[in-house]
Amino acid sequence: MTRITSIRGALSRFALVSLTTVLPATAPQAAETIKVGVLHSLSGTMAISETTLKDTMLMLIEEQNKKGGLLGKKLEAVVVDPASNWPLFAEKARELLSKDKVAAIFGCWTSVSRKSVLPVIEELNGLLFYPVQYEGEESSKNVFYTGAAPNQQAIPAVDYLMNDLKVQRWVLAGTDYVYPRTTNKILEAYLKAKGVKPKDIMINYTPFGHSDWQSIVAEIKKFGSTGKKTAVVSTINGDANVPFYKELGNQGIAADKLPVVAFSVGEEELSGIDTKPLVGHLAAWNYFMSVDTPENVDFIKKWQTFIKSTKRVTNDPMEAHYIGFNMWVKAVEKAGSTATDAVEKAMIGTEFPNLTGGIAKMNKAHHLSKPVLIGEIQEDGQFQTVWQTKGLVDGDAWSDFLPESKAIVADWTPPINCGNYNTKTKKCSGQKY
Amino acid sequence: MIGCLLIPALVKAESESTAFGNALSRLKDAPTADLPEAIERLATVDDPRVLAALNALLENRLYVVKGSGRIVSATTTGDGFDLTDLESGQSAGSAGRFDIKKIAINNTLRNAVKRLIARRELGAEDAGQRLQAVQALTEQADVESTSLLRARYPLEKDAAVRTAIGTALALADIGSADKATRLQAIRALEGNLDQQVRNKLAELVETREDGSFVEPDADVRNLAAAVISNLELKLQLNHLAETLFFGLSLGAVLLLAAIGLAITFGVMGVINMAHGELMMLGAYTTYVVQLLMPEHLDWSLFVAIPAAFVLSGLVGIGIERGIIRFLYGRPLETLLATFGVSLFLQQVVRSIFSPLNRSVATPSWMSGSVEINGALSLTLNRFYIIVFGLLVFWALLAILKKTRLGLEVRAVAQNRSMAKAMGIRTDRVDAMTFGLGSGVAGVAGVALSQLTNVGPNLGQAYIVDSFMVVVFGGVGNLWGTLVGGMTLGVANKILEPFAGAVLAKILILIFIIVFIQKRPRGLFPQKGRAAEG
Repeated sequence: MTRITSIRGALSRFALVSLTTVLPATAPQAAETIKVGVLHSLSGTMAISETTLKDTMLMLIEEQNKKGGLLGKKLEAVVVDPASNWPLFAEKARELLSKDKVAAIFGCWTSVSRKSVLPVIEELNGLLFYPVQYEGEESSKNVFYTGAAPNQQAIPAVDYLMNDLKVQRWVLAGTDYVYPRTTNKILEAYLKAKGVKPKDIMINYTPFGHSDWQSIVAEIKKFGSTGKKTAVVSTINGDANVPFYKELGNQGIAADKLPVVAFSVGEEELSGIDTKPLVGHLAAWNYFMSVDTPENVDFIKKWQTFIKSTKRVTNDPMEAHYIGFNMWVKAVEKAGSTATDAVEKAMIGTEFPNLTGGIAKMNKAHHLSKPVLIGEIQEDGQFQTVWQTKGLVDGDAWSDFLPESKAIVADWTPPINCGNYNTKTKKCSGQKY
Repeated sequence: MIGCLLIPALVKAESESTAFGNALSRLKDAPTADLPEAIERLATVDDPRVLAALNALLENRLYVVKGSGRIVSATTTGDGFDLTDLESGQSAGSAGRFDIKKIAINNTLRNAVKRLIARRELGAEDAGQRLQAVQALTEQADVESTSLLRARYPLEKDAAVRTAIGTALALADIGSADKATRLQAIRALEGNLDQQVRNKLAELVETREDGSFVEPDADVRNLAAAVISNLELKLQLNHLAETLFFGLSLGAVLLLAAIGLAITFGVMGVINMAHGELMMLGAYTTYVVQLLMPEHLDWSLFVAIPAAFVLSGLVGIGIERGIIRFLYGRPLETLLATFGVSLFLQQVVRSIFSPLNRSVATPSWMSGSVEINGALSLTLNRFYIIVFGLLVFWALLAILKKTRLGLEVRAVAQNRSMAKAMGIRTDRVDAMTFGLGSGVAGVAGVALSQLTNVGPNLGQAYIVDSFMVVVFGGVGNLWGTLVGGMTLGVANKILEPFAGAVLAKILILIFIIVFIQKRPRGLFPQKGRAAEG
C-alpha cells in the first residue's frame, strides 16, 4: 500500500517540481532582490538525492520571504541544473556568480562536484554552502561545510561498534572514489592506533552502481565467521546499497550477527528499498527524522506541507541546508550586507539550534558542531536512535589520525587566516584549500 | 494464624492469573537500560502467551497504547494499525500512527530475545521449530542453554534435531576441563563442515602471542589438526562449486541482458543503444504490476513477465517503424538515433515515476538460500535466475528454429533480396524481429528488477555488458551468446577474489579486446554467405 501512495507522491512531486522551477522566472520581480543560487543536479544519477535538496532550499527561501525577506529585500532563488556532470558544476557556478550575481550558492553533493566548483568560487570570491558528509582534508575560505567531517560521523560510529558491540574484526567496504578511499584511510589508521591487527581488517572497493555482490558478500561472510564479532563499515554509495543489502539478506547475514553501519544510507535512500531484510542494520548521521524534538516536528510538518505529501521524508543533508541557510541569514543581518568577505567574517561564531538538540556553532575551520547519532533501521524505513554522543562534536577539517594531516589545522580568523596551516612549521601552505 | 496461612495461597492464585500481565507491563515502564531484565523476567513466566509476546517483541510488533497503557501487538494496515490484546488474545480495535508507541529493541536485545524464544521452543511439537531452536542455541551458547540441550538430548526422537543437539554438545565439550571429554568431542565433530565447528577446531591449534598453545594438551591438538586437514579437500571442492554457481548466475544475468540484443544486433545488424532502456521498461512493468496486485506479490512476477514482453515489444516495434527502418544500412545514424531514443525513454520514466528508485518486492519463494552442507549454500533468487535465463534462451531458440516467423527471420538475415523475391514481406519481418528482441529485453528487465535497482539508469548499467557478450559470442549466433555470457560470468567470478571487483572488470575488458583482435568474428563466427553480408 505504501507503494501505491509513493507513486501518487511521485506524480504530484513531478507536477510541483515543474511548477517551482518555472515560478522564479515568471514571477514579477520586486524592485530589488537578493539572489540565492541553488546548484543541485535535477537530472542524471545524482538527481535521486539532490532534487530533494533543491526543494528544501525553495522551502527555506519561501519561509524567509514570508518573514519579510532579508535586509528589507525579498530573496529570489536561482535554480540551475548541473545534470550530475562534474565539469558542468563549475560552469553553472560561474554562471551563477558572474551572470546572476548571487549572494551565496547552496549546492553540490559528491566531493568531486565540490572539488570542481572550488576554483571558480575562489576566483570569483563567492560563497558555497556544502551540505553533505564528506572526507575532510579541505577547508576553503569561500566554503562552509555544513555536513559532517569524518570525526563527526565515521570515528564515533567505529567507537560505538568497538565499545558497545565489542566488534573485533572490521570490513571497510566502499565505492571506489575519493570519499570512501579517504574515509577508509582515516579509519584504518584509527583502528590500528586502537590496537586492531592488520589481519582483522578487510578493505574492499567496488565500482559505482555495482550490482553483483555474490562473491563479495560470501567473502565478508567468511571473514566474519571466525567466531570474533565482526562488523561492516560501509561507505558504499547510493544505488549500489540496494543489491548489497538484498544479497546480505539472501545469504542469511542478519544484523544481529554481522551489523553493517552505513554512512551514505539515509531516510531518502531507504524510501526506495524494501526495508524488511535491513532491520537492525545501522547508520551514523547527525540527524534522523525520528528524533523527537519540537524543532524537528515543526520542520517535518513544514516540509510535508510545502511538498504536499505526508509520505515524504526528511534527512541529514536537508538539516545541513536548514542550518546553513539560517546561519547565512543571521550572518547577513549581522554584517548588514551580502558582501562575501563581510558575511564570511560574520559567519564564524554564528549559532543556530540543531534540529536534533543542542546549538550548532560555525567554527573557525568553517565546520559545524553537531551531535552524532547512531540509528538502527526500522521496518518503516526510519531510524531508531540507539546511541548518541554525550555533547556536540566539533567538526575537524584535517583528520588527526592521518600522519600527513596531523599537524595541520584550518583557522579563518587572524592571525592564522589559513585553511591549511602547519602548526609544526608555523607555515600556511600556498594551496588555498 | 489462619490469615497467615491464607496469604501465601492468595499470592499463588494471584500469580497464576496475572503474573503474565505484570511481567508484560514491566516492559513498558522499564527504561532502556532495564529492558533486558524485564524481558528476562517475562520469559521465566510459565504461560503459553509468553511466546507470542516475545515473538511480537522480536518482530517489532509490540506497542504501548498511549493513554490506557495497555500492551498490544500491532500490524500495519493502510494508514494505521490493527491491534491485538496480548493478555486476552482478542482484537483490540485499531489505532493511528501517533496513538501508540513502539517498545523498541536493539541488536543486543534481539539476540537475547532469540535465545529466550529458542529455549522455550526446544520442547515444541514441530521438529522444524525444534531444529531452529537448537541452531539458535548453538550459535549463542551459554551455560544454561547447554544444560537445557543436554537435558533434551535423551528425549529427542527426530534424527536431524538429535544430530544438531549432538553437535552443539560436542562444541560445548571442547571447552571441558577433562582431556578425554575433549578428545571424544573432537571425534564426534569429525567430517562436519559447519562453520562453527571449523572455527572451534581452528582455535584449538592456534598459538598465543607469546608462542604457547591455546590448547595445552598435545594429543588434543594433534587430533584437531588431523580432523581439520581431512576437511580441507572437501572445503576446496565446496568453494569451487560456490564460485561456479556465482559465475553461472552472473553469466545468466549477462545472457538475459544480451539475448534480446543477439536478435536485434546479431540477426538484424541494428546497433540499438536503447536496448538497456527496453529492459528498464520491463523492470518498471514489474513495479506497476506489483502496485496493481499488492495482495498477490508472490504471483506478481508471472503476470509481469508477459506484460513486460508485450510492452517492451510494442515499444520496440514503434521504434523500428518510426525511426530505424528509415536508417537501414546507415549504422552511425542508427546508433545516434537510438541513443536519442534511450535518453528520451529515461526522461519519460523520470517524469512519470520520479528520479528516485522504486522498490520492487521480492516474492517470498525467491528470498533466502538453500543450505547444501555446512560450507555451501546457494541463494534462491540466483538459482531461479539461472533457470529462467536458460528457459528464455531455449524458448527463443525454438522460435527461431521451429516457427514460420523464425524461418522468415533467418531467411531475411541471410539474403534480403532473395527472401523478398520468395514473397516474404521483409518489412513485416523486420518489425516482428525487432519487436521480439525488444520483448525479450523487457522480460530480462523483470529478472533484473529482482537483483538490482529499478530506476531510470538501470539500462545504462547493462548496455555495455550486453554488447560485450554478443560481440564476444559471435554476432548472429544465439549459442555464442549463451557460451559467451556464461564464460564471461565465470571468468569474472574466478578473478574477483584475487583482483577485486574493479580490477576484475578491467581484466575482462582487456581480455575481450585482445580476443576480438585475434578473432574479430567472436567465438562462433557465422559461416557461409550470410557472413559476407
